[in-house]
Amino acid sequence: MNIVVMTDNPTEKQDSTSPVVEVNSLEQSTQHRLQVALPEFTEQATDVGGETVGNVRAENPFMVAENVNVYYGDNHAIRDVSLEIGKKQVVALIGPSGCGKSTFLRCLNRMNDSIDTARVTGMITLDGEDINRKAQDPVALRARVGMVFQKPNPFPKSIYDNVAYGPRIHGLAVDRAELDSIVHTSLERAGLLKEVKDRLEDPGTSLSGGQQQRLCIARTIAVNPEVILMDEPCSALDPIATARIEDLMDELCEDYAIVIVTHSMQQAARVSRRVAYFHLGHLVEVDDTDRVFTNPRHKLTEDYITGRIG
Amino acid sequence: MSDTHSTAEKVAAGLGRRRRKEFVFRTLGMFATGVGILFLAVFFATLIGNGASAFKQTFMKLEVELSADIIAPGGELDLVYADFDGLTRAALRDKLPDASGRSQRREMYRLLSAGAGYQVRDFLKANPHTLGTTQTFWVPAASNVDMLMKGNIDATIDETLRPLSDRQIAWIRSLDEAGDLESRFNMALFTNGDSREPELAGIKGAMMGSLFMLLVTISLSFPIGVAAAIYLEEFAPKNRWSDLIEVNINNLAAVPSIVFGLLGLAVFINWMSLPRSAPLVGGLVLTLLTLPVIIIASRAAIKAVPPSIREAALGLGASQMQVVFHHVMPLAMPGMLTGTIIGMSRALGESAPLLMIGMVAFIVDVPTSFTDPASALPVQIYLWADSPERAFAERTSAAIIVLLAFLLLMNLAAVILRRRMERKW
Ligand SMILES: Nc1ncnc2c1ncn2[C@@H]1O[C@H](COP(=O)(O)OP(=O)(O)OP(=O)(O)O)[C@@H](O)[C@H]1O
Ligand SMILES: [Mg+2]
Repeated sequence: MNIVVMTDNPTEKQDSTSPVVEVNSLEQSTQHRLQVALPEFTEQATDVGGETVGNVRAENPFMVAENVNVYYGDNHAIRDVSLEIGKKQVVALIGPSGCGKSTFLRCLNRMNDSIDTARVTGMITLDGEDINRKAQDPVALRARVGMVFQKPNPFPKSIYDNVAYGPRIHGLAVDRAELDSIVHTSLERAGLLKEVKDRLEDPGTSLSGGQQQRLCIARTIAVNPEVILMDEPCSALDPIATARIEDLMDELCEDYAIVIVTHSMQQAARVSRRVAYFHLGHLVEVDDTDRVFTNPRHKLTEDYITGRIG
Repeated sequence: MSDTHSTAEKVAAGLGRRRRKEFVFRTLGMFATGVGILFLAVFFATLIGNGASAFKQTFMKLEVELSADIIAPGGELDLVYADFDGLTRAALRDKLPDASGRSQRREMYRLLSAGAGYQVRDFLKANPHTLGTTQTFWVPAASNVDMLMKGNIDATIDETLRPLSDRQIAWIRSLDEAGDLESRFNMALFTNGDSREPELAGIKGAMMGSLFMLLVTISLSFPIGVAAAIYLEEFAPKNRWSDLIEVNINNLAAVPSIVFGLLGLAVFINWMSLPRSAPLVGGLVLTLLTLPVIIIASRAAIKAVPPSIREAALGLGASQMQVVFHHVMPLAMPGMLTGTIIGMSRALGESAPLLMIGMVAFIVDVPTSFTDPASALPVQIYLWADSPERAFAERTSAAIIVLLAFLLLMNLAAVILRRRMERKW
C-alpha cells in the first residue's frame, strides 16, 4: 500500500544548514527547491503513509520516539511515528484536525495510560531511558514531563491551590514561604500574576477562559518539568497573552524541551526551532522550521501550510 | 437574500404549531403535578386528621392518700409488690361514691389506666417521705375514657355495641364537669415502650430500635459502599469480571427486601449465632439492603466528575490515589451523600426484612444497646395497625407522622450537606 517515492533514506541525517533560500513566495520556493535545494528529487513526495520526509533526528536528543503506533480500539490513530525532541528546543506539531497531534503528545507523558481503549506500541525514551518500561512510575515521568491541555482545566479550588498543587504533592517546597514564592513566580512567568495577585483565594474556575489557560500553564511550570507538552495553549488567548506565552516558551527553552501543538502557522514559525507535520496519523514531514515553511518537501505539507487543506 | 426571507417565512409558518405543542405539553405537566399534589394533600390530611389527636391524652385528677396501711402493711414500703392500684382505686371511689357493689366498682376501676398505679409508685420511689400524706395526681385515664372525650365513641348507640357502659359514661361526664378530666400532651407516646394499654403505649422503644439499626447501617454501608464504588470505578480493571459485578450489583438493588431478611436470618442468626430481634442484626440486614443503592449512586457521582479534572491532576504527576482523594472524592461527595441518605431513608422505612429476623416481637422495654431485643418504627406501625383497639388506630397514624418527620429531617440534612459541599467546575 505504501508507495515510497523517495530514493534516499529519509531518516538519515540531513544537512540542516543546506542553502537557505530567500524567497518571496512559496511558489518560487517550490521551483527553487526542485532546481537547487534538492536536485536528487525529481518530484515532490505526494504519498500518505510513506516514510517521513525531512529530518526526524535532533542534534541533542532528549526525548526520542521510535516507531510509535497508537490504537484506540480498532482506530489506528498514530502510524509508525519516529521523532526526536532535542534539549533546549521547541518542536511544533502541526496538522489538520484529527490527525493525531494530541494523541502523539499524550504518548510522551503516558497520559494515554488512562484511556482504556488506547494501546501504544514502539519505543519512547526520555534522556535515554524507556518511559514505558516496567520500572518507570508514570508519576515520576509526569513530574518531569509536564502537560498543558487543549481545554483549560483548572481544579475547582482556589487560584493559589491550583498552582501550589503540583509542588505540594511532589514536596517541592519546604515551607509556606517557599511555596508562596513558587506560586508567585509561576503566575508571573505565565503572565497572570498582575490580574490575580489580589484574588489568589478566588476559585480558579472564576477566571475567564484565557486566564484559566494561563493558570494551567502556571500550574504546569510550577512543578519545574524538564519537558513541557503544550496542546494548543494559545487557542483561547488574545494576542497580548499569546505573546506573553510565546516569550515564556523562548525563556523556558533555554533550559527545557518544549513540544507545542498549534494551528497557527505564524505561531509555529515564531516559537519553534523544528516543525513536525502530521497527516492522518502519519508524521509526514519534520524539519527545521524555516526550512519547512520556506521549502516544504512533501506535497501535503505544502498544501497544508499554504492553506489548501486543513 | 431571498434565502433568509424564505427561512423567516417558513419559521413563521411553523411557529403556531410549535406553540400549540408547547401549550399542550405544559398543560399535561401541570395536570400531572396537580394530581400528585392532590394525592399528597389527601394523604397528609387523613394522616394528620387521624393521628393528631394521639399527641393529646386525657388525664384524671385524683387525690391519693398514700396510706401506709395499704402499701406498707408490714411497716416496710415494698415498691415491687405493694398494691398501688389499691391507692388509686380508693381515690376514685372517693370521687364517685355512688358506685355500689363489686361489679359496679369493677366497672368504675376500668376508667383508670394501669399506668395510674405506676405513677404513684414512681412518685413514692422519688419521695419516700410522703408516705402517709395525701397528694394530688394527674394520672392517665383509660383509653376508652380518652376515646369518649375525643368523640371517638358514640354514646348514642346501643350500650352493648360500645366499649363503655351507660354508667361509665355518666361517671365520665360527672368527672369532666367537676374539672377532674383534662387533655394534656401525651408524653407517654415519646417516653414509653410498647404496651398492651394504648394510653401507655409509646414509640420510644421503636425509635431507639430504629436509631440503633440506622447507626449500624450507616457506619457499615457508607464506608463499604463508597470504597467499593471507588475501587470499581477507579482501580478495578475493566473486563468481564467487573461487568459481571456491575450487573449483579444492579440486580441486588432490585431484590425484594424480604429476601435480605431471609439471608440475614440464615447467615447472622443461624450461622453466626447473633441474637434474635437485635438492632445489630437488623442493621446488618439493612446494610446488605442499602449497599447496592449506595454503590450505584456513588459510582454515578464518581462518573460525573469531569475527566478533565482527573487528567489535569494526572498530568501534574498525581498518583491514582491522590487523584481520587484530592479531586474525585470532594467533587463526588455530594452525590455519594445523596445516595447514602436515600439508602438510609429506605432502610428506615423497611419492615419486611425485620419480620424475618424477629424484630416484630412485642417488646415493652426500651432498648439500650445494639443487642437488646427491639422493634423498629415501621414494624411498630405494623403492630399497632394490627391492634383492635380504637386508640391504637390514632397511635398508628401518630407513629407514621413521626416516621415521616424523621425522613423529612434526613432529607433536609442531605440537602444542607449537598449545598455546603457542592462545588462548581
Ligand atoms: N479518547 C479517544 N478515544 C478514541 N479515539 C480517540 C480518542 N482521542 C482521539 N481519538 C481519535 O484519534 C484521532 C486523533 O485524535 P487527536 O485528538 O490526536 O487529533 P488532533 O490532531 O489533536 O486534532 P485537533 O487538532 O482537532 O485537536 C481522531 O481520529 C480521534 O477520533
Ligand atoms: Mg488535539
